[in-house]
Amino acid sequence: MSERLRRGLYRFRRSWVSVLGLGIVCLLLLIAILGPAIVPHPEHVAGLVQTGTRFQPPSAAWWFGTNEVGQDVFSLTLAGTRVSLLAGMAVVIVGAVIGVFVGAIAGFFGGWLDEGLMRLSDLMLTVPSLILAMAVAAALGPGTGNMIFAIALSWWPGYARLVRGEVMAKKEEQFVTAARAMGAGSGRLLRRHVLPNIVSPVIVKMSLDMGFAILTVASLGFVGIGVKPPTPEWGSLLSVARANMPDYWWTAIFPGLAIFLAVFGFNLLGDGLRDLLDPKARR
Amino acid sequence: MIRYILRRLLLLVPVLVGLSMLVFTIARLLPGDPVRLAAGPNATPADIASVAKEFGLDRPLLAQYWDYATGLLRGDWGVSIFSRRPVLEDLSTYLPATLELVLAAMILAVAIGIPAGLMAAVYRDRWPDFLSRAVSLGAISMPRFFLGLLFQLGFAMWLGWLPLSGRFPLTEDPPSAITGLLTIDALLSGNFHALGIALQHLALPAIAMSLSPLATITRMMRASTIEVLQQDYVTTERALGLSRGKILFKYVLKNAVSATLTVIGLYFGWLLGGTVLVETVFDWPGLGLYATQAVLTQDFMPIIGVTLCIGTLFVLVNLLVDLVYGLLNPRVRLR
Repeated sequence: MSERLRRGLYRFRRSWVSVLGLGIVCLLLLIAILGPAIVPHPEHVAGLVQTGTRFQPPSAAWWFGTNEVGQDVFSLTLAGTRVSLLAGMAVVIVGAVIGVFVGAIAGFFGGWLDEGLMRLSDLMLTVPSLILAMAVAAALGPGTGNMIFAIALSWWPGYARLVRGEVMAKKEEQFVTAARAMGAGSGRLLRRHVLPNIVSPVIVKMSLDMGFAILTVASLGFVGIGVKPPTPEWGSLLSVARANMPDYWWTAIFPGLAIFLAVFGFNLLGDGLRDLLDPKARR
Repeated sequence: MIRYILRRLLLLVPVLVGLSMLVFTIARLLPGDPVRLAAGPNATPADIASVAKEFGLDRPLLAQYWDYATGLLRGDWGVSIFSRRPVLEDLSTYLPATLELVLAAMILAVAIGIPAGLMAAVYRDRWPDFLSRAVSLGAISMPRFFLGLLFQLGFAMWLGWLPLSGRFPLTEDPPSAITGLLTIDALLSGNFHALGIALQHLALPAIAMSLSPLATITRMMRASTIEVLQQDYVTTERALGLSRGKILFKYVLKNAVSATLTVIGLYFGWLLGGTVLVETVFDWPGLGLYATQAVLTQDFMPIIGVTLCIGTLFVLVNLLVDLVYGLLNPRVRLR
C-alpha cells in the first residue's frame, strides 16, 4: 500500500497538469468555505437592488463590474462557488449511492434480478439525460434539492455498471467464500466484505464526474430550470446576463469563466487521481 | 452480413418498447398538472375535467400507455397540449434542423480531430503534441453555452462577420425543401445564394458544438495511434524501407481510426440530446428548443416524442457504427 501510494504521489507531483488541477480545486473549495466572509458586498448576494450603480464597468471599485440591478458581479460570482460546488457534489453522491445500490444487488445476486436491473440501466443510457433532467426538474418545481434529484436520476447507470462488474469479480474471491463458510448472510457479506473492496474505482469515477456534474447544474440554470435567483448560481447568472450583451459583456463573461475554471480544475484533478488510484487505466 | 443487420434491427423492437414505457412512466409519475395549465387560470372544475377527458388523462396509467403505444405504430404520436398540433408533425419540422447542426458539428470534429490526433501521436512529446493536448483539455471543460455566447459577442456583435442567431432569415427565399437540411437542399437545387446564407447561420452554432467531440476524438485518436505505432507490423514496414507517409496513411490510419469510431458513434447520439443549450443560445429551431418549450409548459407528449426520437436515432447510429467498424476491421466477424 504505502509503496504504491508513494509511487502514485510521485507520479501525481511530476504531472504539472494534475498539480494545477489540485491547485484550482483547492482555491475553489477555499472560496466555497470562506464564502460569505470574503464577499465584498454580501448585501448584494442577499438580493439588494441598487439601481444607482447599474452597469458599472470593471474597475478598482467593482472588479467584475455591476449588473442590471447594480449588484457587484464579483460578489455574486464568489458566492456562486458554494452553490455550484455543493450542487455538483450532491449530484455525484446521490448518483453514486443509487448506482452502488443497484449495481451491488445486480452483481451479487445475479439471475433475473441482474438481467432486469441491467436492461433498465441500458435503457436509461439511451434517454437523452439533459432533456430528462429538465423535464423532471420542471415537474418537481423550482428548488436546489429537486434539481439535484432530477440530474442524479440519469446519473446512476454508469455507477451501476461499474459496481456490478467489480462485485461480480470480488464475490468469487476466497475471503468471501471463507466468510460465507463462517455463516455470514448475504447482507453482511456485501456490506462488510465485498463493498469495502471496491471503493477506489467508485471514488475515481466520482472525481472524474465532478466537473461534468457542475457543468450540468450550470446548464440547467442557464436554461432557466434549477436554482432560481436570488440564489447566485453561475448558470442562471449567465442566462440573465444574455440580455445585457454586447454593451455590458462583463455581466456574462465572469460567471462563464467561473464555470469553465471549476470544470477545468476538476477534470484535471480527476485525470490525475485516475492515474494515482487506478494504474490499469493509465496509458 | 444481411442476417446480422436484420437481427440487430429486430433487437431494436424491445429497446424501443422499453424506452417508450420508461419515458411514459416517468412523465406520468411526475407531479405537476398540465391539464390545469392548459385549461387556463379561470377554468372551473368542469372545464378541467373536460380537458382531461379530451386528452384521455382521466383513465388508468396502463390504459393510457396502451393507447399511446398502439398510436405510435399508427403514426399517431399524440397531440401537444400547447401547440395543439400533432407531435409527429412538430418533430418532422424540428428534427432536420437538429440533424443538420449535429452533422455539421461532427464533420468538423472528425475532419480536424483525426489529423490532429494523428499528428500528436507522431510528434509525441514535442510541441504539436503539447498544443493539441492543452487545447483538447480546455475544450472538454468549456461549457458549450458559454462558448456560444462568446462567439456571438465576438463574431456577431463586435466584428459583425456572422449573423447573431436563427437558421434562415424570413426575408430570404429558402431553397426548395427536399431533405429538410437547408445546406443540402440548397446544394441539390443549385441555389448558391441560399447556400451561403444557410452556411453563415450554421457556422457559429456548429463550431460551438463541435469543440467537445473534437477534443475527445483528438485524445482517442492520439492514444490509439500511439498503440498502433508500437505494433510489430509497423516495425516490419519500416525495416522494409516503406516511406513514412505510406506507413502512416496506408496502414496506421485505418487501424487507429477503427478504434476511435466507437467514440464517434457515442458522441453523435450524445450530441443529439445535447443540442438544447446551443439551440437556446442561437435560437436554432430544432428539437432542443422544442423540448425546452415543452418542458417549461409541462407538455407531456412532445417530451416523450423527442426522447423516443433521439433514443431511436442513438440506437440506429450505434448500429451503423458497428457495421462500419466491421468493414474497416475484417477481424471482427459480424454474425
